[in-house]
Amino acid sequence: MQKFEKLTGLVVPIDRPNIDTDAIIPKQYLKSIKRTGFGPNLFDTWRYLDPGEPGMDHGKRRPNPDFILNQPRYRGAQILLARDNFGCGSSREHAPWALLDYGIRAIIAPSYADIFYNNSFKNGLLPVVLPRDAVDRLFRETTAAPGYRLTVDLPAQTVTTPDGTVFAFDIDAFRKHCVLHGLDDIGLTLEHVNEIRAYEARRKREAPWLFT
Amino acid sequence: MAAKTLYDKLWEAHVVRDNPDGTALLYIDRHLVHEVTSAQAFEGLKLAGRKPWRVGANVATADHNVPTTDRRAGIADPVARLQVETLDQNCRDFGIVEFGMSDPLQGIVHVIGPELGATLPGTTVVCGDSHTSTHGAFAALAFGIGTSEVEHVLATQCLIAKKVKNMRVRVDGPIPPGVTAKDIVLAIIGRIGTAGGTGYAIEFAGSAIEALSLEGRMTVCNMSIEAGARSGMIAVDEKTIEYFRGRRSAPKGDLWDEAATAWRELRSDPDAKFDKEVALNAREIKPQVTWGTSPEMVAPIDAVVPDPEKESDPTKRIGMRNALQYMALAPGTPIRDIALDKIFIGSCTNSRIEDLRAAAAVVKGKRVAKTIKLALVVPGSGTVKRQAEQEGLDRIFMEAGFEWREPGCSMCLGMNADHLQPGERCASTSNRNFEGRQGAGGRTHLVSPAMAAAAAIAGRFVDIRELR
Repeated sequence: MQKFEKLTGLVVPIDRPNIDTDAIIPKQYLKSIKRTGFGPNLFDTWRYLDPGEPGMDHGKRRPNPDFILNQPRYRGAQILLARDNFGCGSSREHAPWALLDYGIRAIIAPSYADIFYNNSFKNGLLPVVLPRDAVDRLFRETTAAPGYRLTVDLPAQTVTTPDGTVFAFDIDAFRKHCVLHGLDDIGLTLEHVNEIRAYEARRKREAPWLFT
Repeated sequence: MAAKTLYDKLWEAHVVRDNPDGTALLYIDRHLVHEVTSAQAFEGLKLAGRKPWRVGANVATADHNVPTTDRRAGIADPVARLQVETLDQNCRDFGIVEFGMSDPLQGIVHVIGPELGATLPGTTVVCGDSHTSTHGAFAALAFGIGTSEVEHVLATQCLIAKKVKNMRVRVDGPIPPGVTAKDIVLAIIGRIGTAGGTGYAIEFAGSAIEALSLEGRMTVCNMSIEAGARSGMIAVDEKTIEYFRGRRSAPKGDLWDEAATAWRELRSDPDAKFDKEVALNAREIKPQVTWGTSPEMVAPIDAVVPDPEKESDPTKRIGMRNALQYMALAPGTPIRDIALDKIFIGSCTNSRIEDLRAAAAVVKGKRVAKTIKLALVVPGSGTVKRQAEQEGLDRIFMEAGFEWREPGCSMCLGMNADHLQPGERCASTSNRNFEGRQGAGGRTHLVSPAMAAAAAIAGRFVDIRELR
């Protein structure tokens, strides 16, 4: 997993609530058995005017000039600004894979769907939660100022605007620790092998019908 | 001792260790596996030189990506074929039980789990699929996970999780004729919103929920995730226990009695406290139809498409405008005037035998409207399909002009060849009406099986209460 510590990056705002994982990465790309290569198909149906299928040369498709990610001023964006309930819908981890593969390293939104939120941390994509009024302000500032960049500082748990305004955010201690150090949590869990075995032995006594 | 909710009890029974940071290591009893979210997890396992912790806790099937037409020719799409073959190979490599594409017991993972008795009351059930909440109908703690967590469960039989809050949704009163579990859950989502359950485990309770069959309860729990809740659940009653009697992997003999006794404890204490309570009156629920691109955008059949300009919240207003534009619907249009192009009866929400019976009862002796380009019935499993064929439901559907297909997820998400063309409008018994969900540019209206069947006959939505 990629580590996330501190990032100053260009911000792209997508101003709609409830952006679902079908929009983030449509189903036809879920046939892949790899974790990489999803970037060209991030927001595929919004991003291109013509339909896409796996295996196409997506560089030759017609981009939708109205879609914000295609506007030259947002090229190279690393921070995605979004509205409530970002990532709702399916459990596909292809959604954070696609965002990362495109180059997004952090998202700022007032709220996320639970499974997406969880999946993001497992891949070093940082989903930052800020209050609605702060997000409103960031939307206004991003839209008004081409080249608008924010600094996301995970150790300090802050987002800093170009004029020096600082917004603090909350994050679970365990998730922060794993993302900061790029830790494999399977390895961490396997440090408790004896406890898992002890639990399992007890479970087998209490609910033997689950072990037949 | 403090009174506990069902969720509290299920959680506590599975804690391997409480971590000092507020998370817990949670033991997973059952892991359901399908082709779309597992390949990368198995690859990770292999690369790290790890093996599944407890092979017997896993059950696999191919469902998302399989054709629903004749399977003897295999899968035409080479990318899809590789994914399904990769699941077969991984299951062979690790000794995991798989109901592969040509197995008579194959089906949608959330249909076959309970059907086989792999899902049992009191278990933790996870799967790399958000509709894993379905299994909560059996008083199980069941939730969807991503591929990293699929790998974690394979390797450790555990997940690192944090306890969420408790919500209870009570639905009381008699269920009116023509109103089904699907209408109840759509009405709930309409009330609390698509993120109303985020951060909660929902327990569905009340006399209307108790009156539902286990299949109806699965429909309700299935769509918990559409209200934002990773898990939904319902207390055990005698119907729950009877559901499992004689099922393939259910306990037998003395173990059955022992299990049934334990299962009867799986209910919230009478004085348990919930962080949030919501109540609906079943009497007031009508057949529901979604009109927008989020399951919360739902209205009763006798309503009209709402006007975004009357919405006071500016973000919601924009969302509604976008949705109506995508759906090509004008505010004020009566729902029953909406004409359809395609009909889909299937998915982990509504593809079980009772769903097919309800649809067939509406269809019997009638013809699909000439304006309908395709009407599909996709049973949830091989078992459901055979049962339906024994009852003659397949003939009822085919004589009416429906296509009778092989089991799988099919046009719920359109990963296989079953999908909408741009601009096509579908009455669907599935769970998501997101933009492009059933095919790029496709327009989805979520309804119950009976409502979808009636729409197929009329070519537009009708109030099934008037057919009776």
